[in-house]
Amino acid sequence: MSDGVTRKVALLGNPNTGKSTLFNALTGALARVGNYTGTTVERMSQRWELPSGDVELVDVPGTWSLAARSPEERVAIDALLGLRGEAPPVAVIVVGDATRLHRSLYLLLQVLELELPVVFAVNLLDEARRQERVPDIEALAEELGVEVVGITARAGEGLDQLGPAVERAIAAPLPAGRIAFSPRLEQAVSEVAAVLPSELAQPGSRRGRALALWLLLSVDGPDALTDLAFPRSVVDKARAAFLAEGGDLDAEIVGARYAWIDARDHRFYGARTETDSGTSAKLDRVLLNPVLGTGLFLGLMGTLFWALFSWSDPAIGAVESVFELIGGVVENGFTAAEAAVPSLAGPIDIFGDLIVQGVIGGVGGVLVFLPQIALLFTFLAVLEDCGYLARAAHLMDRLLRAAGLPGQAFVPLISGYACAVPAVLATRTLPRFRDRLLTMLVVPLTSCSARLPVYTLLIGALFPAAIDGFPLPVRPVALLGMYLLSTAVTVIAAIVLGRTMMPETATPNVLELPPYRVPHLPTVWRLVVARSGDFVREAGQVILVATIVLWALLSFPRYEPADVLSPEVIVEATAAGEDLEALAAPVALERSYAGRFGKLIEPAIAPLGYDWKIGIGLIGSFAAREVFVSTMGVVYGIADADEESVDLRETMRRETHADGSRVWTPLTGVSLMVFFAFAMQCLSTLAVLKRESGGWKWPGFAFVYMSVLAWGSAFLVYQGGLLLGFS
Amino acid sequence: MQLAHLERGQSAVVTRVTGVGAFRRRLLELGLVPGTRITRTWRAGLGDPIAYEVRGVVLCLRHDEALTVEIEPPTERLAAK
Repeated sequence: MSDGVTRKVALLGNPNTGKSTLFNALTGALARVGNYTGTTVERMSQRWELPSGDVELVDVPGTWSLAARSPEERVAIDALLGLRGEAPPVAVIVVGDATRLHRSLYLLLQVLELELPVVFAVNLLDEARRQERVPDIEALAEELGVEVVGITARAGEGLDQLGPAVERAIAAPLPAGRIAFSPRLEQAVSEVAAVLPSELAQPGSRRGRALALWLLLSVDGPDALTDLAFPRSVVDKARAAFLAEGGDLDAEIVGARYAWIDARDHRFYGARTETDSGTSAKLDRVLLNPVLGTGLFLGLMGTLFWALFSWSDPAIGAVESVFELIGGVVENGFTAAEAAVPSLAGPIDIFGDLIVQGVIGGVGGVLVFLPQIALLFTFLAVLEDCGYLARAAHLMDRLLRAAGLPGQAFVPLISGYACAVPAVLATRTLPRFRDRLLTMLVVPLTSCSARLPVYTLLIGALFPAAIDGFPLPVRPVALLGMYLLSTAVTVIAAIVLGRTMMPETATPNVLELPPYRVPHLPTVWRLVVARSGDFVREAGQVILVATIVLWALLSFPRYEPADVLSPEVIVEATAAGEDLEALAAPVALERSYAGRFGKLIEPAIAPLGYDWKIGIGLIGSFAAREVFVSTMGVVYGIADADEESVDLRETMRRETHADGSRVWTPLTGVSLMVFFAFAMQCLSTLAVLKRESGGWKWPGFAFVYMSVLAWGSAFLVYQGGLLLGFS
Repeated sequence: MQLAHLERGQSAVVTRVTGVGAFRRRLLELGLVPGTRITRTWRAGLGDPIAYEVRGVVLCLRHDEALTVEIEPPTERLAAK
């Protein structure tokens, strides 16, 4: 690293081979989480000490094959070939599962064609011993012509041999592909290899041959590898010529590799036959049982939801209290400073507010998400590590397929009912970008817990407890109705967006049920910490800036009580011991930029039944939906109002328009609740959407489509209600 | 006969994958090449997708996906585990 060039070693392997456990066991420190350039695929790396010096160990996402086109699958071949601005690795460690080597070998055979030093790490030896299926390491090394090391990553077995093996592999002659294809196929390969640009591969090199083979197997149909400069027409022609002669290119390439593996299976494993791994099969008889399994699944998801909804409350409360405490201490400091330097009291006051309400409030606003995020990441990591997440996806596949989503989307969707921010982050467990994107675009429609205070206030203030002739209590039914509405619209939005904007991609989604394993807690812990830190860094910046901007809109221009209250009022209030600042707050808010903006948008929201005061509340609610309640409190001059505040409810019921009609009718309440159900009033969600979708395009789209949906629905509800004679 | 018509616990040999494009390639790459033995497991789920075991790996295939895999009619029936 001293010369500015980092030597990289890539860690590659099938999913569920214990690759991440090995990564953590080798590096022993928190991984650096980021993205591969130009993609939203998670990139994890960390320093690894080798005898000859440190290298950067890069954990390449699990893959079944190098032949792939989607962004998430391209990462593997890009990382190995040094495309997309990444330097090629000095060596590759391919991690395999000792109990089922075939697919690991299939991947390894492809890597061997790339002219890179390779070490084959045969992991999970402990499981193989239990199943009495221990592969012959020496036979593997002999047949493959590379370094092979048997390891058990979770127990640390064999790890000390990996470093020296990598060093030997770097020093040794490069390995060669093991497969000979038919002359006809070799012809097609050389045709493509001959026209590859020299920055991809030197003419006549084995790497050129490997790349040509990869192109032949990966490129067809309408999907384009648009960012990779290669003569596509030559590939198409070679494929077409091959097919015209009755050849089956895919079957021949893949078949030749598996034929090589099958021919040597007896050498690697002896005469034993494969069995469906006993314990996992037995467990699945219960866990995938239509009745028992579904019941258990619902119980687990209920626990997850409840945990997000309520277990995280004490931690969230603690974060809030700590930041209130810090804010209070700092505020006192500024007040003291104002008293000490009266000539600078004005600027000190403004600066103090910026620090206390903008910066400290903003940092608190970021960290307040951490309990839920850490909890959800922990849940996900444990469920994924033990193999259950795949079963959950399996059970939910049929249900979610109707909405155009894979079974894996269930966990993010259910999490959305607690909070969209961790739910959007949870879409990382979905393998395809298309599915991730569709899920994260509809997750903000699920009824998150921040909407609850708004619903509580509106239902409590505006709905009667009972209606004659309606047998059920009105208020709980109204609240339940909002949750059902949110669920229905989430499903409809997924169907509509999926059909119109995100047609099924060519990347197939085949789910594997890995064997059940005891989760490796150190790996889980490091992953949770690394991902949480990534959230604070990436999304936190946006949330912080947005909080400060919103604070400025609501606080400027500034008015002192003397500016907005008449001298008589001030004298009276002072005599009565009232708080002048609180008395002045409604006027100051009205005259602030946010207040002016609220008035400016009044014509746009009047058809929904809202006045400019509600408009200010809507603007305030962009920080977080529940802020609507406290903003309305300020607008109506009620200090420290919450959703249960009787004063606030009564003031709302009394509030009238200029013509004397009531502002807050039950119909206004329904219209406003519908607006809150559909509108994207959450800067933090926009921030994580930006982080997870790789830019502002998709959060921008989500904001627009949800705003249109919210406005249109509220308009229909209010105007339709008026037409039907409701008020 | 297609893979989708295999009964629980039955095992058969793949003869051909008939689908197209990337999905067919993925099935091949997962090891469903001609001559490979594949078993419909006893893991039930909700009926679709179905869990199959091939080369020591349990894969879930949706019904329409399992229709693209041609198999030799099975000769033996495995006992429930």
